[in-house]
Amino acid sequence: MKYYSYFPGCSSSEGTAVAYGLSTQAICGPLEMELVELEDWNCCGTTPYSSTDELASVAVATRNLALAEKTGLDLVTPCSACYTSLNRANSQLRQYPDLRDKVNDCLTSVGLEYKGTVRVRHLFEVIYNDIGLKVIESKVVNPLSELKVAAYYGCQLVRPEPGFDNKYNPQSLDEFIVSLGAESTPFPLKDRCCGSSLVIPEVDIALGLIHKLLESAASGGAKCMVTVCPLCQTNLDAYQAMASRKFGTRYNLPILFFTQLLGLALGVEPKALALDKNIISTERVLARFTSKSAERAPATSKSAIERESSLRTKALLKGRE
Amino acid sequence: MNSVASKTSDVLVMTTEGEEFLEEVCSIPGGESVRWCIQCGMCSASCPNVAQMDNSPRRTIALIHAGRRYDVLKSNTMWVCASCYLCTVRCPKEVKITELMHALERLSTYYGLTTKRTTTATMYRAFIDSIKSNGRVHELGMMMKYYLTTVLTGKTNPFSLVKMLPLALNLMLHRRMTIKPTRIKGAEQIKTIVERAKALGGVK
Repeated sequence: MKYYSYFPGCSSSEGTAVAYGLSTQAICGPLEMELVELEDWNCCGTTPYSSTDELASVAVATRNLALAEKTGLDLVTPCSACYTSLNRANSQLRQYPDLRDKVNDCLTSVGLEYKGTVRVRHLFEVIYNDIGLKVIESKVVNPLSELKVAAYYGCQLVRPEPGFDNKYNPQSLDEFIVSLGAESTPFPLKDRCCGSSLVIPEVDIALGLIHKLLESAASGGAKCMVTVCPLCQTNLDAYQAMASRKFGTRYNLPILFFTQLLGLALGVEPKALALDKNIISTERVLARFTSKSAERAPATSKSAIERESSLRTKALLKGRE
Repeated sequence: MNSVASKTSDVLVMTTEGEEFLEEVCSIPGGESVRWCIQCGMCSASCPNVAQMDNSPRRTIALIHAGRRYDVLKSNTMWVCASCYLCTVRCPKEVKITELMHALERLSTYYGLTTKRTTTATMYRAFIDSIKSNGRVHELGMMMKYYLTTVLTGKTNPFSLVKMLPLALNLMLHRRMTIKPTRIKGAEQIKTIVERAKALGGVK
């Protein structure tokens, strides 16, 4: 069993990407990893905060790092934006001593301290590196054969930190798709921007970017797209109808979290993967896999999974004491 | 003034005020990297939103070197940056362009020069208010606040919101929006941290 401190981020915990959080919990059991949710975590601040107030944004993000440091575990987040802003806090603190002193002053005012030892990691990177694709391949009970998937990395999984994959032409997600028995289709714009939070103030700009991505994925023959970021999923899934209206297209491309696809291949009950929360229905594309998966999986409801997870967490914390 | 800046002033005619602006940008964490720019234009070529910008990223840096504070801070350039970091990883001189854009947003707000054509700053404020009151972002509350503010200030036509309705409805029907915000136990800590940061005067 591998243990990690878990930072779900605002949208995956209960917001627009709640399916990401649920499917993440559902795959932990089969992958023999334990994500211990960071107690009382706060929003990482992301671009809106660092574009408004540098000190406050780094200080607020560092509160999470200080809390995580106490656990002694790596801090894992499924959200690419959280991944970038928590990593950014770490690197700003390392680079700018003046900033570090002031951030420490802020944290002292609430009785916290950060020494700078926490490693921030993306959930996909953890699964790719720590679990490994060979192990995943051996655990696949429901191969997603002949499923054509476009691997969408988005921006902040591979940029700006020198990350675990090639920052100009990443391959890890493509390899991951293949390890599930599916087919990864050509997708030239796989690491281009979806517009992120600009979708609110500059919706027309974002719709243009969303349209380009959908066009690129569909022209490669993809029947669905897989993402590693809550914002990318929301933009491409929830705004897809609006983009289609604006550009007169009709791709109807389901946008899945990589955890949903992984869970399906691992034989997790489809209900636990929250596929019903996808706005572009996944049924047409995934029907032949979900029926098989439902037959195979023992009847575990969401609450049962949560109960089991909380029992494991309690046992872990007890063990650590 | 150090040697790098004097070299810059050899090729550009700068006023004292202009030099001040370059120094100011360079004193911000991340901003110091503008000195390394060779004006190759890779950033502008990489930017997905360059067509919507008043000044391209390359031009923005040239304007900073020329000390044109008003032209830089009054533009919409940084407000349509989506923080995709493509410019940053492609820059041959390792200029942190995305960081620079965030810094310019802060400076533009500080000098009250934010262009009236953008509502990005309003969205940022709604986002931060949500963090300050709950410790986490409540998406529905943040969006409501954003739309209400922009409608009341005349920046959003209330009738244009009609096209947002199917989207909001879909998110609701798929239970992807929570009505009630979650307030963390440490919400008071967040307030204290933010107040302390303000008392310390931030960082340039």
